[in-house]
Amino acid sequence: MSQEQFDALIQADERIEPDDWMPDDYRSTLVRQIAQHAHSEIIGMQPEGEWITRAPSLRRKAILTAKVQDEAGHGLYLYGAAESLGTPRSELLDRLHTKTQKYSSIFNYATPEWADVGAIGWLVDGAAIMNQVPLCRCSFGPYGRAMVRICKEESFHQRQGYQIMLSLSQGTPAQKAMAQRALERWWWPSIMMFGPPDSASSNTGRSMAWGIKRYTNDELRQNFVDATVPQAELLGLTPPDDALVWNTERGHYDFGEPDWDEFARMVRGEGEIPDLRIGVRRAAHDDGDWVRKAAAAYVSKQAERSAA
Amino acid sequence: MSTSFPHWEVFVRARRGIDHQHAGSVHAPDGETALRAARDLFTRRQEGVSLWVVPSSEIVASDPADDDAFFEPAADKAYRFPTSYELPPEVDQM
Repeated sequence: MSQEQFDALIQADERIEPDDWMPDDYRSTLVRQIAQHAHSEIIGMQPEGEWITRAPSLRRKAILTAKVQDEAGHGLYLYGAAESLGTPRSELLDRLHTKTQKYSSIFNYATPEWADVGAIGWLVDGAAIMNQVPLCRCSFGPYGRAMVRICKEESFHQRQGYQIMLSLSQGTPAQKAMAQRALERWWWPSIMMFGPPDSASSNTGRSMAWGIKRYTNDELRQNFVDATVPQAELLGLTPPDDALVWNTERGHYDFGEPDWDEFARMVRGEGEIPDLRIGVRRAAHDDGDWVRKAAAAYVSKQAERSAA
Repeated sequence: MSTSFPHWEVFVRARRGIDHQHAGSVHAPDGETALRAARDLFTRRQEGVSLWVVPSSEIVASDPADDDAFFEPAADKAYRFPTSYELPPEVDQM
């Protein structure tokens, strides 16, 4: 294959598969994007994982365990897709552990209350789904196929979160107040999950031309606000945005400007949480070392025995 | 006495963007020949744009006798499905 064939496939909205020729920039953009997506999945296990032992019922513990297991699984699907581009998983994990590759800064917010688990499922997973559904049609085959699997599984994550918010908002005044606090904590961070405004997003044009991205950050952000505001109304909760109002002319909600300085600080990894997250991840990896060694020793012992 | 060539499992990618799927198997002396045999056997009507052949002996399969115990742990976890969560009709399509 050649540049012309690659361009023709992209032009025809066909998929690129791992054995195809592809431009170096296309490959490196995808390795970075898929790896950062994978890192986000496994780092995303932490803020919710902290709540498994404290979830208020056995059912909620089981649900949360299942959700955190899914995040691990999603990370593995994505590392597999990234590896199909020729970068080994061990290298990708090293880049996460040495902070040379990022993960979504949404996971650098704290989860001080139970309602945060509800708000994460409803808003953070809701925003993730909004981002991920178009990725099912990504021009790189393995990434698109991983996303199909992930989106199918993600639906329960959002629904369980909304159900937590629903129970709390129909509960005691204290429970409803906790739900409102969680909405206030997670509203803006979720809106910023779609990335910088289109006017400041340097990679959007190229990613769209390559069929990696299908909608701009601002288009997805608007979709998210439009879908989420009525859901908040049904809960009887109020998003922390005075500028939020239905615009009949546009057929969309108008909303305020997120704090992009905060976004920049979070992307730079300021605060204590990033070190905590990477510390937990590294410890999990290092603590698992004896398991990998034992598995390798078992295999070589078996091989010796069958050779004897 | 007839010669018995190794057995190869054949996987066909019907078109770009979808997974290779198991189509069947061929006998052939080596991988290259297996690919050609698989092309002739499974893609005579343009059923595929890519083929994989894998030595059947390299496939590690779960034991049908153990299936129940092997897959049972997923059976009582209905909460892994979105249908486990009843929501008001206004938001049920989220």
